[in-house]
Amino acid sequence: MSSVVTNTTKGNPKGVFKERLSQFSERLKQDRVSYAFIAPFGILFFAFTVFPVALSIILSFTYFNMLQWPTWVGWENYIRLFLADDIFLVAVKNTLFFAAITGPFSYVMCFIFAWFINELQPKIRAFMTLLFYAPSISGNAFLIWNIIFSGDTYGYVNGFLVYWGIVDRPIQFLVDPTYMMTIVIIVVLWMSLGTSFLVFIAGLQGISSSLYEAGALDGIRNRWQELWFLTIPAMRGYMMFGAIISITTSFAAAGQLTALTGPTPTDYATWTVMQHLQDYGYIRYEMGYAAAIAVLLFLTMVSMQKLVQRMLNKIGS
Amino acid sequence: MISLQLRKKRLSRSTGGDLVIFAFLAAGAAFMALPLVYAISNAFKPLNELFIFPPQFFVRHPTLDNFNDMLVLMANSWVPMSRYFFNSTFIVITGMLGNVAAGSMAAYALSKHKFLGQDLMNEVIVLSLMFAPAVVEIPNYLTISYLGWINTYAAVIVPSWAWTLGLYLMKKFIDAMVPDTLIEASRIDGASEFRIYAQIVMPIVKPAWLTLIILVFQQLWGITGGMFIYAEELKTLPYALDQMVQGGIARAGVAAAVTLMMMSVPIIVFVINQSKIVETMGTSGMGGE
Repeated sequence: MSSVVTNTTKGNPKGVFKERLSQFSERLKQDRVSYAFIAPFGILFFAFTVFPVALSIILSFTYFNMLQWPTWVGWENYIRLFLADDIFLVAVKNTLFFAAITGPFSYVMCFIFAWFINELQPKIRAFMTLLFYAPSISGNAFLIWNIIFSGDTYGYVNGFLVYWGIVDRPIQFLVDPTYMMTIVIIVVLWMSLGTSFLVFIAGLQGISSSLYEAGALDGIRNRWQELWFLTIPAMRGYMMFGAIISITTSFAAAGQLTALTGPTPTDYATWTVMQHLQDYGYIRYEMGYAAAIAVLLFLTMVSMQKLVQRMLNKIGS
Repeated sequence: MISLQLRKKRLSRSTGGDLVIFAFLAAGAAFMALPLVYAISNAFKPLNELFIFPPQFFVRHPTLDNFNDMLVLMANSWVPMSRYFFNSTFIVITGMLGNVAAGSMAAYALSKHKFLGQDLMNEVIVLSLMFAPAVVEIPNYLTISYLGWINTYAAVIVPSWAWTLGLYLMKKFIDAMVPDTLIEASRIDGASEFRIYAQIVMPIVKPAWLTLIILVFQQLWGITGGMFIYAEELKTLPYALDQMVQGGIARAGVAAAVTLMMMSVPIIVFVINQSKIVETMGTSGMGGE
């Protein structure tokens, strides 16, 4: 049937188009079960993610104060970010430093601790999982670090430093730029055994034991070889997932930093790109400018993700 | 002394390696636990112990005053506390069910079906994880107000059903745990696609959606309604508790009690959930036991 149609419509562009369209709708009809499965998620995903992201990318080329209709300004937002916004450049430097440490560290911690814990007996395993995961689900409990590193002698660290005579007056851990970044990194790492950690634990437990039995027969001698040749290749899908989580959380960190070092940190010592974005979006209502920052952040994360994907493809193969 | 008993089944285990693991775990556990213990201990400290020099790690004269103060504040709230509690519970449960259902159905199709636009959708989903949510909120406000959902539960529940993380997680697990041959065999046996999804795929990836439930719970539990809900009687428990601790130093004790209460709920949910995961691993034979 279809070959007849092709012969009669050859050389007729309108006919070719019609044929393509009918093939296309045939394909859609054939895949209708799949689309039914996708639909509930897909429709909401389009409405609440794809559409607003696309709109934001367009907005990044405009001046938009949320009261007046946006006006087109071309590349001006992007040019301003790099040539006229010194604080943005400070934020970029801080974010790169912060992400370069917390990203890889939290990722490796998640995997190593998940792997260690997986070796334990079920009961101890459940307890250790809870212990390591608790900080990341404890909501505002991380504010306890504000008390631990508080700048007066009621702060736990300062109280002891003063009591033992190591310092004669409290160190301003959260106000002095010498310490701020270090403290923030410690706290973020404390909270970082979250989503990826849990997914790694579930993933490790899903690896069938026959894989290891076969490996032992094939001459896997110790746990490190087992890790490299069996576990990591079996975990590759989850490891990519964890990498994306690490990238997004480390590059988009803002909330915890604001809570620890305040909305306006001394000398912008812990000011990140995400905080800069929120500053312009929520406080100054310059949505076009904020959108431009979001687009740059997005491009950075995507290129990091591609890089990590390439590295992961090499590991263990 | 915690004895570290490793699984006996596998032979490739050295004592040296066990010691390295033990040292790592012990150091990690101490780093994780100490601040939490401090937070718990603080909730039982009377006000004069909260502000003592030198600061005490453990409470010396434990008291329930902070919790009593919290209950008094709760009882005096303008909107009854039970209403905040209902709001939070309702949002968490409906959000969670919707997210797991919509995410896992789409994940099954993306993982095991072949259809037009599949690669594009996979790519878009990964990319969407990396776009700053702060910027997306403004267009979303417009969408939600266009739909007339401002000041309703729907404003926070419905968008949560399409949080990408859930779909992405489910897809990874279905990719790794469900063999294609099993699906093929079920199709030959005449099972409908929905039946394959509900009765074959979902039971196998039970650890995945139990994990997802924890993650979604945690996100939904923190929701305050933000700019979408402004009616006081529709606000959530975290919002109400947060209001109570805005009193500064005088409320320091209450704040410590509230922190403990807020952190204990997700932890309890996690513990219940985790025991289910362990159970599944034991019975399905899928685990590394």
